[in-house]
Amino acid sequence: MSGQFNRFLPRFALTAVAAASLAGCGVNSIPTSEENAKAKWAEVQNQYQRRADLVPNLVATVKGYAKQEQDTLVKVTEARAKATSVQITAADLTDPDKVAAYQKAQGELSQGLGRLMANVEAYPDLKSNENFLALQSQLEGTENRIAVSRRDYNDAVQSYNTTIRTFPAVIGAKVIYGAKPMVPFQATTPGADTAPKVNFN
Amino acid sequence: MKRLATIVLLVLAFLAAPAMAQTASDLKFPQLTGRVVDDAHLLTPEQVGALDAKLAALETQSQRQLVVATVPDLGGLEIEDYGYRLGRAWGIGDKGRNDGAILLVAPNQRKVRIEVGYGLEGILTDALSAIIIQREIVPRFKSGDYAGGINAATDQLIAQLKLPEDEARKVAAQAEKTQAKAREPHFDAGTVVFLLIFFFFFALPFLRAMRGGRRYGGGPGVFIFPTGGWGGGGGGGGSDWGGGGGFSGGGGSFGGGGASGDW
Repeated sequence: MSGQFNRFLPRFALTAVAAASLAGCGVNSIPTSEENAKAKWAEVQNQYQRRADLVPNLVATVKGYAKQEQDTLVKVTEARAKATSVQITAADLTDPDKVAAYQKAQGELSQGLGRLMANVEAYPDLKSNENFLALQSQLEGTENRIAVSRRDYNDAVQSYNTTIRTFPAVIGAKVIYGAKPMVPFQATTPGADTAPKVNFN
Repeated sequence: MKRLATIVLLVLAFLAAPAMAQTASDLKFPQLTGRVVDDAHLLTPEQVGALDAKLAALETQSQRQLVVATVPDLGGLEIEDYGYRLGRAWGIGDKGRNDGAILLVAPNQRKVRIEVGYGLEGILTDALSAIIIQREIVPRFKSGDYAGGINAATDQLIAQLKLPEDEARKVAAQAEKTQAKAREPHFDAGTVVFLLIFFFFFALPFLRAMRGGRRYGGGPGVFIFPTGGWGGGGGGGGSDWGGGGGFSGGGGSFGGGGASGDW
């Protein structure tokens, strides 16, 4: 009886170790962490899209009041067209060039909008327009959401990159998934990271 | 044999410890002591009590959590930045619905913000939040009437967050149902599958080997420990909805919705 028990125990121990190390190698944790980062990326894109959707409305409203801003408005519209044309899929997130291109396009729109919002300070009629005020707060809120989603994405990327480079998941990352690190967002152009300041007073 | 067991345990312990790479946020948030957290001392105890009662009534009616917070400092952050972190730290709103909101006042920075949870962004829009701040809060704060501004804004927020009667009844019934469900013990499919595998691939062969009737042929096969823990889904995540005395967030999350203002 006890002899058989002794013969069985090592076998059990071996199986347990094999199973635990397989799980420890990141078989589960790598995809979990990757999907999390991708979901956070989807939110970033979602918020940028939301901003792009606001722009035509904003341009139309400003146009009626601020004729001299034609130039700024054209630039914003062009930047928006460019920003919406640079799309990126979740699979491209490991490609630094693609992420940088996306970021640059969005950064240009940020700058254009920042300039526009600064210039409209000179038009008191526009600033008291209800429609404009609503758009202004929406734009402000969207810029804030973009900042939050970008930070969340960066956190998720950091966690994913740490997972695939540290023991024990590094084994799974190399052997099973061939996982590559993802690219976090960086503030490339000065001021691209900060939302355009909008003053209500 | 004992030594082998020790080695196995050691290896397991080693593998189980994941690389700790949490981003330590050294931001200190005030304690969530109730629906009104007046850390900057802008309100009298009576005002806090009255406000709390209004907020509690909103929660009973709509299940949505609205919290008023005044803070002496923002930890060096912008109020937009501080606001959503505070909301997440407190977990205002239900975990699934994310239907929490915070009226945040930082008198020393002269900043105010309405922070809106993900689930309420469609109801309490940025534009509406901005209007409430501009119309109700800023003029009163400018004249030093903090309590008046907070009260007026809270009334506006409650009016917007309150549900129409029939909808409120539906929500209450739904909440009761999920709470009853959470109390029942339940096994999720994963647990059942795991237990079955455990039984057939481990317990059964083990028993056979113990009985010693037959030569134990094939190995017990590979079985993988699910990392997620297989505790049988206890708890059920039933967030406790205030009621008498204790108040806590339901785990709701925030994504930067709302509006800010200064005076």
